[in-house]
Amino acid sequence: MLLRHTPTEIKERSALTVNPAKTCQPIGAMYAALGIHGCLPHSHGSQGCYAYHRSALTRHYKEPVVAATSAFTEGASVFGGQANLVQAIDNIFTVYNPDVIAVHTTCLSETIGDDVPQIFAKAKADGKVPEGKYVLHASTPSYVGSHVTGFANMTKAMVDYFAESNGRRAKTVNLIPGYVEPSDMTEIRRIAELMGVPTIMFPDTAKVLNGPLTGKYRMFPEGGVTIEELKKSGSSVGTIAMGRTASMPAARALDAKCKVPCEILGLPLGLHGTDAFVDTLRRMAGVSVPAALNLERGQLVDSISDWHQYLYGKRVALVGDPDQVLALTRFLVALDMQPVHIITGTPAGKKYEKSLREAVAGVPADVNIKVPGDMLLFHQWIKNAPVDLIIGNTYAKYIAKDEDTPLIRYGFPIYDRLGHSYFATMGYRGALRLLEKLLDAILDRKDRDADDIDMELVM
Amino acid sequence: MAMGAKNNKPTKTVRPDPKDPATIKDRLLAKYPPKVARKRAKQIVVNKVKPGGDVPVISSNVRTVPGLIGQRGCCYAGCKGVVLGPTRDIINITHGPIGCGFYSWLTRRNQTDPDSGDGQNYMPYCFSTDMQDEEIIFGGEKKLKQAIQEAYDNFKPKAIAVFATCPVGLIGDDVHAVCREMKAKLGINVFGFSCEGYKGVSQSAGHHIANNGIFKHVVGLDDTVKEGNYRINLLGEYNIGGDAFEIERLFEKCGITLVSSYSGNSSIDQFANSHTADLNLIMCHRSINYVAEMMETKFGVPWIKVNFIGAAATAKSLRKIAQYFDEPELTAVVEKVIAEEMPAVEAACADVRSRTEGKRAMLFVGGSRAHHYQELFNELGMKTLSAGYEFGHRDDYEGRRVLPDIKVDADSRNIEELAIEPDPERFNPRISEEKKADLEAAGLKFAEYEGMMPEMEDGSLVIDDPSQHETDELIKQFKPDIFCAGIKEKYAVQKHGIPLKQLHSYDYGGPYAGFKGAVNFYKEIDRMVNSKVWQYMRAPWEEHPELSATYAWE
Repeated sequence: MLLRHTPTEIKERSALTVNPAKTCQPIGAMYAALGIHGCLPHSHGSQGCYAYHRSALTRHYKEPVVAATSAFTEGASVFGGQANLVQAIDNIFTVYNPDVIAVHTTCLSETIGDDVPQIFAKAKADGKVPEGKYVLHASTPSYVGSHVTGFANMTKAMVDYFAESNGRRAKTVNLIPGYVEPSDMTEIRRIAELMGVPTIMFPDTAKVLNGPLTGKYRMFPEGGVTIEELKKSGSSVGTIAMGRTASMPAARALDAKCKVPCEILGLPLGLHGTDAFVDTLRRMAGVSVPAALNLERGQLVDSISDWHQYLYGKRVALVGDPDQVLALTRFLVALDMQPVHIITGTPAGKKYEKSLREAVAGVPADVNIKVPGDMLLFHQWIKNAPVDLIIGNTYAKYIAKDEDTPLIRYGFPIYDRLGHSYFATMGYRGALRLLEKLLDAILDRKDRDADDIDMELVM
Repeated sequence: MAMGAKNNKPTKTVRPDPKDPATIKDRLLAKYPPKVARKRAKQIVVNKVKPGGDVPVISSNVRTVPGLIGQRGCCYAGCKGVVLGPTRDIINITHGPIGCGFYSWLTRRNQTDPDSGDGQNYMPYCFSTDMQDEEIIFGGEKKLKQAIQEAYDNFKPKAIAVFATCPVGLIGDDVHAVCREMKAKLGINVFGFSCEGYKGVSQSAGHHIANNGIFKHVVGLDDTVKEGNYRINLLGEYNIGGDAFEIERLFEKCGITLVSSYSGNSSIDQFANSHTADLNLIMCHRSINYVAEMMETKFGVPWIKVNFIGAAATAKSLRKIAQYFDEPELTAVVEKVIAEEMPAVEAACADVRSRTEGKRAMLFVGGSRAHHYQELFNELGMKTLSAGYEFGHRDDYEGRRVLPDIKVDADSRNIEELAIEPDPERFNPRISEEKKADLEAAGLKFAEYEGMMPEMEDGSLVIDDPSQHETDELIKQFKPDIFCAGIKEKYAVQKHGIPLKQLHSYDYGGPYAGFKGAVNFYKEIDRMVNSKVWQYMRAPWEEHPELSATYAWE
């Protein structure tokens, strides 16, 4: 047994988190910053922070993840990190020459109260920020929220620092894709392109964290939203924010700053999640949905109907980030599956929890929901009320193995499988891929467990 | 013999590199602002071994330049992640925001075999107080106390350790007072580590703090003398990919009794009576020499440096142990074991050596691995062009002979040095001074580590705490056949079309220690330096961009 000490008996805990279903803000800020073209993320903290974040993102993407650090020592922790950050900005522009440095804070620099805008002003006054180069920052204390909050804060900082209104409305629609994979960002853009809608997507990690092997290392790869695009986002006709937790702050900020109206949707995941996105984009841009997209939708519905018998009534335990968990819950319910144990580690709020409870209102089973919860509780629930399927990140494989229950890896981090960087789970195509994963897991188990007489050739 | 089992040097001369190391060094520094260049110039050294073994001074264990992008971690990582992480039966609670505990959760691949002990294993778990802004403002001691209580209520462990993260030190939580209180309340061992991430200049500070904490709170609690002959501790071996299992196999075969391991495949009970061993063996000098030094002062257990990375080094280390105990019976068994193990190693080496001979490697990793792994590359007939540590000190580069010359700077002074005295009852020098002198005369060196540089060729570049820029330049200048480092460097190096072998995690392979490990490593390096993958980078139309079609018809 891997998790051999997990007690079946559930005792209320108020202070100890065991096997967290979240991590800290800065890594989300780093991931978001990598979605700006020519950007070097910078961690204003001690060296351990950026080492851990780079390692975690690298293990997830199997790609270079470069970022810098202020390398706080005990002295800097006492006297403040201004000297370190000014020196870092100078060294970064001199040695690595990015277009922009995106600074995020840490629990260390937040606790001592470093004022990053003031340090930026000092760096600029000292001539450490070359002409045509940019700096931006997000405040991301690790003791508030989660990695998703950090992502949301850095995405909002892109608006705060760069978005400007030129007084005219362009035809572009801003797409804030949320804390999703580079493959998902590509898929969301492809749908908009199919519909003929010009878009500005931020952040955009496609081609940054799923780049090619060519024999040439580019520290700043091809992908990412440009500063020019971010500036223009203030003149777009509207903004679609995908995922309330990850994307709403940036969309709201854009509305407040540049009067760009926004629609806050769930992730375009599953049939209805994608329907909502396509329908909103259609109205916002004043276009009609092309036949190609209707075909994709129809193929998804067709597949759901073809395979419904194997999905119906299956009990699922689901753990992950809040926007993904909500969208997945809705999709599973739409498939007549039963999400019965649902946890997100992010403190996503009462309103979020209410949406989740509404999504499972029709499920004919007892449903456990904890926001925020951890993976010890998740495991205990499974021990007390077993499921047919677990959906979660790589850490869930320890539970899956102990409980001999099929696992679909979904979310962050996935340290042990290929796929998430390249194959989207957003959009109709992505939903089809999710459906395939669900069925593979369920039917592989069915085949494994079938005795010789019951073995089916055709399913 | 296909490989120089008793001779580390390559048997064939490697083609000389036309590059002048001093010129390369200048190139690495050219882009830096003057102040940075001056600092880095002292950390980049062209090796030159003088007769007598003196090597140039290398600046190390110094602050990383902000913004330069290196690969170092923090004090917490060294303490909780490296030294205490591999011990299976302590509940390690990270006191701080969630990230630190999350990132150090199962990511270091320390294997353990709980069923060889009492079955307890908390390593697949992550425990954290998940500090919120409320605790940052009002203090986190109350929550920590409650967390320890909940850990006890849910799991009933025999020991709980607490690790402080950056904000804990800043807001002034007294983790040690909380631990003392909870120890008294629960009746189990509860102890804390002030290993805030900002302490020191790298994870090295955390190693020291971990050593101090184990020594203070655990070592010496149990005086039971474990049965068996030739009782040793293995220090600085963390059982990445099962290395410790292979070494344990060899000990068992030789009849050597392992009392405690620091800390691969270890249990807290082993630490508690590790002072009853008769010899300490040090693998990773950087991370663990403190415990060995303290154990010698307090209990009289001497230490020697060993290395089980490389077949020849493994044989040499086993012979050193036999030399220390000086029993004909042990010497005979050790020789028999080496004779039994070597043929398979030699056969494997002979098989791959024609494909690895003359290839060139670079190693930038850790505080000992960049040194130890040169043994294996030597056995493969490969040349180490350049090497360096992330967090080594001068003694790891130049040897302990320079210890008296090392200036203690402000960053190191903040790390506590325990004042250790001989234990009034239990101090027991394991061998007499005369015997020690005899053994030293015969070549066995006590409390000595000669460092990496004396064993490297003249003209090789030794680089401490290399930056991303330097790594990139080195690769462009030398185009090595393999680069050894960690996960953060891996894919950037491989984008250049050069394979990177992770020497922290072993790329999820291993073991590489001992004789079986050497065979694994030979095969792995053969796979990597001869992989076809790197030929696929250019498409046919990039090789032949002409547009006219030719029709082939068979």
